[in-house]
Amino acid sequence: MDVKKRFNYLFNSTKGLILVAIAMIGILTSVWGMLSGPMAEMGVREVVIKLFGMDIVQAEREGRIIILYHSIAMAVIAIETYIITSILKMKEFYKLAIRALITAGYLLAMIFGMGFAYFGHNWAFHGLYITGLSLIFFAGVLMCIALWPWNKDYLITDKNYAITKKGVSIERMAFFATAVTTVLSALFGAIPGSYFGNGFDAFLAENIIRMPHKTVLQYSIIGHLHIMLALIAIMATLIVGRWLNFKGILHKFAMPLIILGTIVLNLGVWGVATPLQPQAHMVIYVGATPAMVGALLLVIFGFDKFIREGTAHIEKPKFGHKINALLKDPLKFGPLWQMIFMNFTTSFLGIFMAVRLDEIFRVWTAHEERIELTGHWHVLSAIVATIILLYYGDMVGMKGKLRQWYGWSIIIFSDIAFGAVTVFEMKRLFISEAVQQPLVNWLMYAIDIGLGMLLVILAALMVYRLIDLFKKKGRWTEEVEHELSEEVNK
Amino acid sequence: MNRKILILILVVVMLVSCTPVDLNAPMPIYDTGVDPNAWVQIPAGEFFFGQHEDLKRTDAYEIMVTDVTTAQYAAFLNEALVSGDIKIDADQNVVGFYPGDAFHGYEHEERIDAGDWVYIPLNDPSQRIKFDGKTFTSQSGYENHPMTMVTWFGAWGYSQFYDWRLPTEIEWEKAARGTDARPLPWGDETLRENANFYASRDPYEDMSSFGSRTTPVGFYNGKKYNDYQTIDSASPYGLYDMAGNVWQWTGNVYEDMHYRFMRGGSKDSYDMNLRVWVTNNATPTYFSPGVGFRCVK
Repeated sequence: MDVKKRFNYLFNSTKGLILVAIAMIGILTSVWGMLSGPMAEMGVREVVIKLFGMDIVQAEREGRIIILYHSIAMAVIAIETYIITSILKMKEFYKLAIRALITAGYLLAMIFGMGFAYFGHNWAFHGLYITGLSLIFFAGVLMCIALWPWNKDYLITDKNYAITKKGVSIERMAFFATAVTTVLSALFGAIPGSYFGNGFDAFLAENIIRMPHKTVLQYSIIGHLHIMLALIAIMATLIVGRWLNFKGILHKFAMPLIILGTIVLNLGVWGVATPLQPQAHMVIYVGATPAMVGALLLVIFGFDKFIREGTAHIEKPKFGHKINALLKDPLKFGPLWQMIFMNFTTSFLGIFMAVRLDEIFRVWTAHEERIELTGHWHVLSAIVATIILLYYGDMVGMKGKLRQWYGWSIIIFSDIAFGAVTVFEMKRLFISEAVQQPLVNWLMYAIDIGLGMLLVILAALMVYRLIDLFKKKGRWTEEVEHELSEEVNK
Repeated sequence: MNRKILILILVVVMLVSCTPVDLNAPMPIYDTGVDPNAWVQIPAGEFFFGQHEDLKRTDAYEIMVTDVTTAQYAAFLNEALVSGDIKIDADQNVVGFYPGDAFHGYEHEERIDAGDWVYIPLNDPSQRIKFDGKTFTSQSGYENHPMTMVTWFGAWGYSQFYDWRLPTEIEWEKAARGTDARPLPWGDETLRENANFYASRDPYEDMSSFGSRTTPVGFYNGKKYNDYQTIDSASPYGLYDMAGNVWQWTGNVYEDMHYRFMRGGSKDSYDMNLRVWVTNNATPTYFSPGVGFRCVK
């Protein structure tokens, strides 16, 4: 077996790099998922702690969780970066440098961060964790340079896309704006992170949410976690748009809206840490709206495209034909559907909570509110993960029944789980604490089955890819040279 | 065929899950041997406060060994009814006077004016205090359980009636933790036999129907109740139930906010929320089957 070739595939090709990152997230999720409910109640947590020799100090739980979140998030950012460097034109030097930095960065951050957090405090590990995060930051800076939209090499003439009079791609500007604001917003978290991390005064934002007087650095932490997740989601939207070859009149409206939304959203979030904090929330709403409208235009474009292409052979397609065409390919329908579903589990819920905060949600205990807050962003993160997994299914060339089963399983099981989480978050609106247990049990079945099946699908995918790696002429040999820009929909 | 079986299983699971909850389901009755009228002296001095172990100091004070029980609260209501300190309003709530808080109109701050505020609701099915029009009694079997379904005003009213008060957060934590840096009243780790928390499998719990219920005060004292062996989980000063069973209202009224803080975690909390520094809060009008209190003097 030629290990060098396989190593080259895994660490020097787009699809190999993505595979490694997905596998790392999969390992992390499956092992560390056993430390919380429902595995904790079943006693699995204690077994895992003993089996792996974890050092769980009660007072350090919040710090551990912060490192865990960052470890997973860095791998997701790496995946988005690999996709961007493959799907957009950029100079080879930048592509190589960005990938080298971010790969080393997320692996260092993940391995040594988790080592530090869960296996005793080896301070060299902590240093390497910070080194990893720093490398990712530098990769981000390089990415901003590489994406510079006004570079002559990236001018386009095709008027089907949103472009300026001089031929500058407004879509590239959107990628650029998102990358730049991501780098700045990373700093927005890194500065207070250094402060609190230095004194071991780590805290979870959801635990201080009701404190009337927060420090600038505490506001920065709250702003940082919100904006980073929003930017990951915006970047995922742009990626899906490029993959589906988003163009036409809707593209021309959507791209400026996404740029405007991204910038205003960031200004609002950064404003939270300034004396303008009371007004900042309004700025955030103003920024979120155009970004969401931009995403909606992408969904309309995509659905219309699937229907048109799927019914092209029928002279006068009926409603049933159109629905069939829309649902024909779950890997392409799925990401757009998940964006719609996100509104029911995240956006609308967030708006409802904001509007009725004092009247409803803040009458209840802070721990009830915490369930809503954490559930809300866990679901958003997981939706982004499912979008990536659906795209990855297309990347690895799934066909026929496998494509259908893989795609629909991810959509259905994740939506069951996320829908149940949403009902769980909002249960106090319609059921009292004293009589909630049967409903909670039912919701837990739905959540556990949904998320459990997602992990099973992910495990099956990884086993399939692992077996493939042992084959001399496995699929990996074809993927070595594949670039995602070649696979963009026509 | 397979699809039909799957749907049938799902429907059965849903129906079983949706069975109505019997809030008065039979429950074991145990005498824990711990006296709810007992108090313990906490000496003046410094201790480690909070997750990050800041040194804080308290004066000496006495604190109840257990949470206030439903029997104790019923006795208070009967005395307070006679003395005119409480009354029953049109919505079947027990109400009493509270002198109000300073209001600064800060973001999210709600006004707490002087006037009558709800101590306990009488018409809530989870209420374990019964009123026959003349006398308050504790529901049979719940006499030695912690008083729940009581608002912060109701806890404050009880303590004021006897010239006591609710503990400050600092006093509460010192009583729970002692002077070392332990995260839990009994030490470093939580076992199921240490406290009543979510899915702790105590004899009062049935997660398939009503879920968790309170345990009698002082239940986790090392005694064996039929087949159920508990671990003595008293705090360093000998207090029981300082982690789990019910959240406990504390007395601080903080500037620019109307929320009142609770400590200790409850029967519905995951074990991480049993750590001594974990706080919870709600509006002072909030009541729940998982919130009670104890007093200091």
